[in-house]
Amino acid sequence: MNVEVTPLPGIGVRQDFSIRSGRRIGVISYRDGKFELILSKQDDPDATAASIPLAPEEAGTLAGLLGAPQLVTQLAKQHRDITGITTRQLPVTAFASRTLGDTALRTRTGASIVAVLRAGDAHPSPGPDFLFENGDLAVVVGTAEGLDAAADILTGG
Amino acid sequence: MHDTTIALIQLGAVFFGLGLLGRLAWRFGISPIPLYLVGGLAFGSGGLVPLHGISEFTHLASEIGVVLLLLLLGLEYSASELTTGLRKSWMAGLLDIVLNAAPGAVVALLLGWGPVGALAMAGVTYISSSGIVAKVLGDLGRLGNRETPVVLSVLVFEDLAMAVYLPVLTAVLAGVSFLGGLTSVGISLLAITVVLVVALKYGRVISAVVDSPDHEVFLLKLLGSALLVAGIASELQVSAAVGAFLLGIAISGSTAENATRLLEPLRDLFAAIFFVVFGLNTDPRTIPPVLLMAVLLAVITTATKVATGWWAARRQGIGKMGRARAGAALVARGEFSIVIAGLAVASGHVSEQLAALATAYVLLMAIIGPIAARYVEPVGEFFVRRRAAVR
Repeated sequence: MNVEVTPLPGIGVRQDFSIRSGRRIGVISYRDGKFELILSKQDDPDATAASIPLAPEEAGTLAGLLGAPQLVTQLAKQHRDITGITTRQLPVTAFASRTLGDTALRTRTGASIVAVLRAGDAHPSPGPDFLFENGDLAVVVGTAEGLDAAADILTGG
Repeated sequence: MHDTTIALIQLGAVFFGLGLLGRLAWRFGISPIPLYLVGGLAFGSGGLVPLHGISEFTHLASEIGVVLLLLLLGLEYSASELTTGLRKSWMAGLLDIVLNAAPGAVVALLLGWGPVGALAMAGVTYISSSGIVAKVLGDLGRLGNRETPVVLSVLVFEDLAMAVYLPVLTAVLAGVSFLGGLTSVGISLLAITVVLVVALKYGRVISAVVDSPDHEVFLLKLLGSALLVAGIASELQVSAAVGAFLLGIAISGSTAENATRLLEPLRDLFAAIFFVVFGLNTDPRTIPPVLLMAVLLAVITTATKVATGWWAARRQGIGKMGRARAGAALVARGEFSIVIAGLAVASGHVSEQLAALATAYVLLMAIIGPIAARYVEPVGEFFVRRRAAVR
């Protein structure tokens, strides 16, 4: 994310970035410690539609609301890495019209396919006779080495 | 009644009246400066109710007002902000000087006020009121706008230009011989360079001298050093205002922020007296003859400031509406135009009419500025829609 930092002489600093809809969102930090949440207009990205003054504790609460879920995901990820087991999504390109059993993934790599994603739908716990199609994504759980080997097999091994 | 009693009553009435005027002004979303000037005009020589008992106090208080106005102007930006501002916005800054100083200078020459009058009027029409502009931008919630840093950097450049302009003006106004004038201009330019270098390198030392965790001690040291420096500068023919301004630049960092917070109410009080005294010393009967000229100047310099802002914002890739907003934000003139006119008139080397013209001009611009900034968007949208309808 490209955060633009602009000094405002005599006032403080403006930090903002463009979100996907094209609007700018950001924060003005005043010299005296106040914050202002700013959001640009839809039709004129130069102008601000709203600038909301926030007391330091209010800014802290808002930061917590927005930042906490991300922090949880990050922690969970780290936790998973520590136990040595990772989840990865791998494209299946080499087994169109063949079954899951044909890959013999568990025997060869120790990693197992826990779900297959097809056209936005998830097929959980596929059995050995599950038929693959082009464009399928396999959700695979295993050790890092196992997953690397699984990726090789599913794409052309 | 005792003299002191009369003075207290008069002073109390003046302050209370100014308070009411200020409240009225903010209710309409304009700066109170023009109303203070009108208040001064009403009570001064040739005005409605002449005041006599408090002239000694108000004279000194108005001098302190100028010192505080410029001390806080100097405090507003740190030395590093000034130097980055100079590097980033010097082209817009130069255009600003050319476009906005010229109308004032030309009018002064046309009225036969000579080169000294022209120099003073050039300053009056050049400098935007950073106080009014910052207040208006904050009130309209435009600090997060993309064109706002452009507006602020033009103000920073004007601040720097004042650091050069004021000593030069004071030297010229002192009316010394050409050689003497050159020397005093040289001295003041040298002083500014030294102050900027010292502020950049040793700003902390200067700040440490005045700084104190105790508010009372800090305030006394700050005010004391400001008046001392102002007095010494005035003795050296560099004008008290310039001395205070340079001291303001030299104080930096958190000390400057605390100083600003502490001095703001004092500045507002003494500056209000300054505006009233300026109005008091201007005979209202001298205004009607220059009114047409003031209106003309107001129209021209509104257009030139808008053009400056437009150009500066376009260089930063701002859209049309943002350019118009940047231009309109810069229109307001105020306290510093009056400070310049005050310096010029006090020297006695320029026409008395200059005070009248400056008063009328600032009255107009301090009202037009905030209104222009507020209504530039609806007006701009109207034009955009009409153009779309024609197509």
